[in-house]
Amino acid sequence: MRTRLTLLLAVATLLGSGCAKKEAALTANSGSNPTPRKVLHFGNGTEPQDIDPAIVTGTPEYRLLQTFSEGLVSEDPDMQIIPGAAERWEISPDGLTYTFHLRADGKWSNGDGVTAQDFVATYERMLNPVLACQYAYMLYNHVVGAKAFYDGKTTDFSTVGLKARDARTLVVTLTQPAPFLLHAMNHYAWYPVHIATVKKFGGLTQRSTAWTRPGNYVGNGPYVLKKWIPNQIIVAERSPTYWDRARVKIDEIDLYPIELADTEERMFRTGQLDVTNEVPLTKLAVYRREHPESVHVDPYNGLYFYRFNVQRKPFDDVRVRRALALAIDRESLVKNVTLADETPAYNFVPQNLLGYRSEHTFKADLTEARRLLAAAGYPDGRGFPRADLLYNTLEKHKTIAEALQQMWVKNLGINITLVNEEWKVYIDDQHSRNFQFQRAGWIADYIDPHVFFDLWETGGGNNDSNWGNAEYDRLLHTALGAPNNPARYAIYQKMEQILIAEMPVLPLFNYTRARLISPRVKGFYSTPLDNYPWKYADLAP
Amino acid sequence: MLRFIARRLLETIPVLFIIVTATFFMIRFVPGGPFTAEKAVTPEVMRNLERAYNLDQPLWRQYAGYLGKVVFHGDLGPSFKYPNRTVNEIIADKLPVSLELGAISLALALAVGLPLGVLAAIKRNTWLDYLCSSVAMIGICVPTFVLGPLLVLTFAIHYGWFNASGWYGPIDRVLPSLTLGCVYAAYVARLTRGGMLEVLNQDYIRTARAKGASEVRVIFRHALRGGLLPVVSFLGPAIAGILTGSFVIETIFQIPGLGREFVNSAFNRDYTLVLGTVILYAALLIGLNLVVDIVQVWLNPKLKFE
Repeated sequence: MRTRLTLLLAVATLLGSGCAKKEAALTANSGSNPTPRKVLHFGNGTEPQDIDPAIVTGTPEYRLLQTFSEGLVSEDPDMQIIPGAAERWEISPDGLTYTFHLRADGKWSNGDGVTAQDFVATYERMLNPVLACQYAYMLYNHVVGAKAFYDGKTTDFSTVGLKARDARTLVVTLTQPAPFLLHAMNHYAWYPVHIATVKKFGGLTQRSTAWTRPGNYVGNGPYVLKKWIPNQIIVAERSPTYWDRARVKIDEIDLYPIELADTEERMFRTGQLDVTNEVPLTKLAVYRREHPESVHVDPYNGLYFYRFNVQRKPFDDVRVRRALALAIDRESLVKNVTLADETPAYNFVPQNLLGYRSEHTFKADLTEARRLLAAAGYPDGRGFPRADLLYNTLEKHKTIAEALQQMWVKNLGINITLVNEEWKVYIDDQHSRNFQFQRAGWIADYIDPHVFFDLWETGGGNNDSNWGNAEYDRLLHTALGAPNNPARYAIYQKMEQILIAEMPVLPLFNYTRARLISPRVKGFYSTPLDNYPWKYADLAP
Repeated sequence: MLRFIARRLLETIPVLFIIVTATFFMIRFVPGGPFTAEKAVTPEVMRNLERAYNLDQPLWRQYAGYLGKVVFHGDLGPSFKYPNRTVNEIIADKLPVSLELGAISLALALAVGLPLGVLAAIKRNTWLDYLCSSVAMIGICVPTFVLGPLLVLTFAIHYGWFNASGWYGPIDRVLPSLTLGCVYAAYVARLTRGGMLEVLNQDYIRTARAKGASEVRVIFRHALRGGLLPVVSFLGPAIAGILTGSFVIETIFQIPGLGREFVNSAFNRDYTLVLGTVILYAALLIGLNLVVDIVQVWLNPKLKFE
């Protein structure tokens, strides 16, 4: 029997070799190269949709885009603004006009020079309503005339505040000051595309084209797209034309789309991966004990919270909302349930975001929580109506919800019903406000406290809580015109006071990113946006 | 026989039509759409997106348009989730991978399952039967998401003979094929044993023995043909399942096969990809069931084409 099995295995292997494409050279543990190339093997999460900045929306795509492209400005690993395609810029005193001076040695991967006209043409494409770019609002919320152009009220792009004064000068004019604009510009919505290439493969307004495939794709970033086998690998090779190529140390980055954290962890153990996208929570403690050098947990620019529907009973009563928020032991939650060093959240913005520290936080207070609940008409939880907590079907959300359910039973005497739904159904219910209260999360697209305050504007696209406050809205807009960041942050402090008093959402913790990183990877860590700039990373031989 | 095949193929057309129609409308009535996202798409953008994919037209017109493209051009449309690829391309890319994995696993399953089943039937109620049946039972009971990682732990991590996952070189075919093959081998063994036991009790086997045929001749010449009938019935749908991929194996081993698209397209509300994979699966299922029927007539003299 054993010989037969061996024989079968041999046959199976032969069969495989007959049909297999010759990809063997891609494996981490295959062969030795005479000139050692530095190749980083990186777990990149789910399969990317595309690498067209006008089409994509996710984090794996963000990481790829900043591998292959570069915006006007860039961020260093500490999230400080540094020059990108533009070598310098000026901001007018009223904060409305940004003049970018492009560098002379900026090149596309096909050798063409990167010009201001490229940026203007990219933005014109981005704002073309026929293309239906989901991040078009990142431009039309700020730039003069952009909304009218997007809405089709004009087809004359010269009315839009995005102009190339000459090949190396780009002028951006805003409708109102946006002190966070430079950080927002490191988002891929502002990255340039090589217009001639886009035109060649299907045109400017087609969503489904082949311009982003290997062989066709042209970018201006530190790496060029060498290979893309869907659901298997994306190979990025050091660009010979990138202006800052001397700083780029890693020759090749192999990005693997892997959905399962367990699969990643096994690949890490066999040396197939140098950096994983996640760590299985059940294995985090073991790694910390046995391989502390490989575990890296960094803060992530996001908030995990429960959103109340303030028009549905019993959460139309602010006392109930506050009671629930004050009756939770967040320390215990992050220590015993979420497990990845998340920071308990007692306010609405991750602490120390670009120097913003909230002065107004709340704290767990059982006596006050019980008093509020009694004042709302439910002493010791008596008579509390049915309250459904909605979450999307995922083990992590379930365990968190169960832990909180227990805390509320124990501390307030109220029994919450847990309801889970498949992701898209859950999102659909959220946007149509068909819930009483629901689990939610928010990961910011760029670094600035504004992102987290902007969420709760009355009628805002992502508010979904039915909550609104005129004074809050007024402050939100006043803040944008503040002369400097300290003045702006002072306004945010007032806004946070309002949020704490009204509690439209219940903050739970700030996210972290846990990764396994091989000690041979130098310099790499997870930035708050999870977009570490590759040119600062290195590999030990 | 040709008439039989022609008639069955003709019957396929309305069946496929009903499947496509039902799938088209069912997926549309599921809450959430391809552009439902946590970060809300602004109403303006949503309108433009719907226009870009003709989702702003009445449903019947979208249906007619889709059907026309599929029937007259064989065009399954662009994927919603992966805009730079068409559904035809995705299937063309991934079906061969699932095909390769499936073929190796199936060969393995038959090569192991059939002898085990026959052996268990001949040595009925002996320790050999118990051993074979127990092994088969374990194969059925241990899910692939347990067996797969166990094989990886042993042969990739402990011994370092294989990659933990991926689909790069021939060596990467071994562990996933073994995992998938084991499950099917177990079913094949159980079905073969059952089929053989039933046949071995038949009169014609007793006659063969009475006429002095050797045991080997009785088993392989007379019994096996009838004993395989249940296996053949099982193999039709099983092959269709294997060819359209195995979601769990593909996810555990990071294999770029069709099984993951099949499942994920539904989660992504990738309407065109859902329809494309369903059409493919339905066609395979119908085709393979036809083959099964033909093989059964050939194996079982009691059956006729009609």
